[in-house]
Amino acid sequence: MSQFIYLTFDGLSRGAVYAAFALSLVLIWRAARIVNFAQGAMAVAAVYAAYSITSATGSYWLGFGVALLAGLVLGVTVERVVMRFVDHSSPLNGVVVALGLVLVIQGVLGIIYGNEFRPVETPFSRDAFEVGGVAMLSRYDLFVFAAVGAVVLVLTLLFTRTAIGLRMRAAAFAPDVSRLLGVSVGGMLTLGWALAAAVGSLAGMLVVPTELGLHPTAMDVVFVSAFTAAVVGGLDSPIGAVTGGLVVGLLLSYVSGYVEPTVAPMAVLLLLVVVLLGKPGGLFSSSRARVA
Amino acid sequence: MATDDLALHNITVRFGGLVALDDVSLRVAPGRIVGVIGPNGAGKTTLFNVICGFVPPSEGSLTLDGRPWRPRPHQLSRLGITRTLQGVGQFAGMTVLENVMVGVHGRRAEEEAFAALERCGVARYAPTFPGALPYAIRKRIELARALVAKPRILMLDEPAGGLDADEIQWLGGLIKEVGTTVLLVEHHMDLVMSVCDEILVLDFGKPIALGTPDEIRQNERVTEAYLGTPA
Repeated sequence: MSQFIYLTFDGLSRGAVYAAFALSLVLIWRAARIVNFAQGAMAVAAVYAAYSITSATGSYWLGFGVALLAGLVLGVTVERVVMRFVDHSSPLNGVVVALGLVLVIQGVLGIIYGNEFRPVETPFSRDAFEVGGVAMLSRYDLFVFAAVGAVVLVLTLLFTRTAIGLRMRAAAFAPDVSRLLGVSVGGMLTLGWALAAAVGSLAGMLVVPTELGLHPTAMDVVFVSAFTAAVVGGLDSPIGAVTGGLVVGLLLSYVSGYVEPTVAPMAVLLLLVVVLLGKPGGLFSSSRARVA
Repeated sequence: MATDDLALHNITVRFGGLVALDDVSLRVAPGRIVGVIGPNGAGKTTLFNVICGFVPPSEGSLTLDGRPWRPRPHQLSRLGITRTLQGVGQFAGMTVLENVMVGVHGRRAEEEAFAALERCGVARYAPTFPGALPYAIRKRIELARALVAKPRILMLDEPAGGLDADEIQWLGGLIKEVGTTVLLVEHHMDLVMSVCDEILVLDFGKPIALGTPDEIRQNERVTEAYLGTPA
């Protein structure tokens, strides 16, 4: 029982990070109908920026802020300089360009920082509290939950309570109709990419210290889990992304704990296949048309 | 003489080998209700798309308030021009109130959106999603969304499509009381003849008549375009 409790908390903590990362994929999908396969590489670039600042100043929090800022800037740059010029007549075009971006970003990071794994510090202890001899959550887990919870709350308020959120949703639903209503669709798209990249950077900052360390390809495996989470929940659904992230986190944790850690990625892929066969739109998908 | 709100000068639109609009000119004076009619495929919606900036003219030009103007869709609202769409075009994932709020800017967006819905008689649907509502109700919501920005030029693209006689009568009353310049593309002749000050008739992209409703009624070329030449 104690193992089950530990694995559950561990899974939820990992799942929260996948949820944040899946949320960043959903944000871009809703805004531009593109699965941004470069999201992981973009997040790693932001974490490297944080690493440089933290190494130079000794301040984790300054690096943390720089990572989010770098994410915003990178999101704007990728949208304005690259994605805006992609021919969207075929969905594959965006995917191919995103995959090309992965190679470019990882190559540049490798040239600048080298290809060795660099350990990254966490701002809080990763030692789990014990209650009655049962390992529960660590301070770092609590930090992860708080950070991801704050992101979900801010995004929810943005999209449901603000005029700019309303326009972002409108631009994503029907760009031409939105233009007629005075919405700057291009501006909303850029904002969507910026927000998504910042959320992806946050996920990178949270997950990289818990993995092997910082490396240009550090987010590749995380991307697969987060992409699965987004598909499980439904690429159109922010709630689905969060739920999918937690489901994937728990699955990874249980399979790692009860079966074998090396099998865990296969379990994620199996989940992806099952969902795609059973409910291709995801668990939170809706058959409702986007424009009435 | 007052400056025209909007004027089209010798507009021609070609899609490859197809001439969708052929040398069309139109002057729309402030406060006038101008109808654009013609058989299916006459180029009415293309004309609207030119004014909205969705379709660039192959030849010709536009002026707004007497000045040369190159329309861009996202600037129309700021210039006081709004348009309804044939296919309704509401955001299914948003409530009716949110749909209308998208068209308003400023702090009082919610109040103004609700007032526009009230004006169109659909305020009670404000918290619902438009996808499940009857077509006639969605048409009214579309009108509310166009009116909420308090346009000086209102472009209505087949607003009577799918409406019954009572709804069309209500629509006619609304168009007349709006008190703004209106451009109306419509197939429902009774509505067009009863509300318009002036009517432009298109046939295969060519302007074949321009005049008051009485003049259009008596125009033989218009009758031919609609009914065909007697055998």
